[in-house]
Amino acid sequence: MSELELDGIKIDEEVDITDVVCPVTFVKAKVALEELDDGQVLSVHLNDGEPVLNVPRSIKEEGHQILKLIDNGDGTYNLLVKKVEE
Amino acid sequence: MATDYALLKKGGFMRQKQKNNFSLRLRVVGGNISAKQLAKIAEVAEKYGDGHVHLTSRQSVEIPFIKLDQIDEVKNALAEGDVEPGVCGPRVRTITACQGAAICPSGCIDTYALAKELDDRYFAKELPHKFKFGITGCRNNCLKSEENDVGIKGGIRVKPIPESCIKCGLCIKVCREGALVMEDEKIVLDTEKCNYCGRCVKSCPTDAYEQTQGYVVSFGGLFGNKINQGKEVVDFIDDHNTLLRVCDAAVEFFKNNANAGERFKFTIDRIGRDKFEEVIKEAIKNE
Repeated sequence: MSELELDGIKIDEEVDITDVVCPVTFVKAKVALEELDDGQVLSVHLNDGEPVLNVPRSIKEEGHQILKLIDNGDGTYNLLVKKVEE
Repeated sequence: MATDYALLKKGGFMRQKQKNNFSLRLRVVGGNISAKQLAKIAEVAEKYGDGHVHLTSRQSVEIPFIKLDQIDEVKNALAEGDVEPGVCGPRVRTITACQGAAICPSGCIDTYALAKELDDRYFAKELPHKFKFGITGCRNNCLKSEENDVGIKGGIRVKPIPESCIKCGLCIKVCREGALVMEDEKIVLDTEKCNYCGRCVKSCPTDAYEQTQGYVVSFGGLFGNKINQGKEVVDFIDDHNTLLRVCDAAVEFFKNNANAGERFKFTIDRIGRDKFEEVIKEAIKNE
């Protein structure tokens, strides 16, 4: 378990989806979330443009809780998602 | 006795090139058909048609090659599967709809429920010419609402709730109209620019928006020999009963003013767009 913290929020796991394109972006994030326990936090590293416009919405529609979107200022973002079990 | 083709057409039987053969249009609402209905349609197409059906451009199903002398038998067979004939000719036609909010993540309104309601209210109502309603759930406009005489498009009117906002800025990014900005750590909405697409709400992680479901309604669309994009009279109708009053007013205006064989757009043009707009605005006011 990493000891990472972003903006005061403890991160349990990270996933980088900047190396894939839609629809694999969401799939990769979804698979990473499935690995977590209820209440754990995933940090999703994603690109500006289409990924940031669509992936957060899809994750919200899956019922997970989005805690924060951090703009890294380099054309990427970190989306912090708390896993919510069905 | 001579065959009454107008009566057959009214009952959804369309004369084919082939003598004494008819293509039977079925009543479909909002593009939904149950499995039971589908099974019966297949059975009838096998038994009374030539084994195929045609999907029309407006979400109906037609069974071609029905024989003139078997029409009553076919109607009775279809009724066993809860299938009714549709209509053609000068009257309110199939109410079309996309899947809407009940199924589609993008949907802003329950299009199917509305289609059923409008079908109950108007289907087959006799008018001077054909009259088409189309309902689309959101700004993506999969159902092409503006090509209908009355087109209804779902929308959401929003108002930011600053206390729930986590200032992630996603709504600003997803807004295609530039209607949202962050000022002093607060989301500010320019209502002049907002087109009620609801993308901000759908993307918002904390539902930090007050939402009012509603309708963007266009009038006078057609997409046949002549092509015209239906036009709105008001930006947004935020109440279901108001929508029904507006639909009633549009249908009545057409019934009272149209010449036989004249589409809604041309009635509006001939009587005057300003007079038509008055009628619609009056219907909105009269609660």
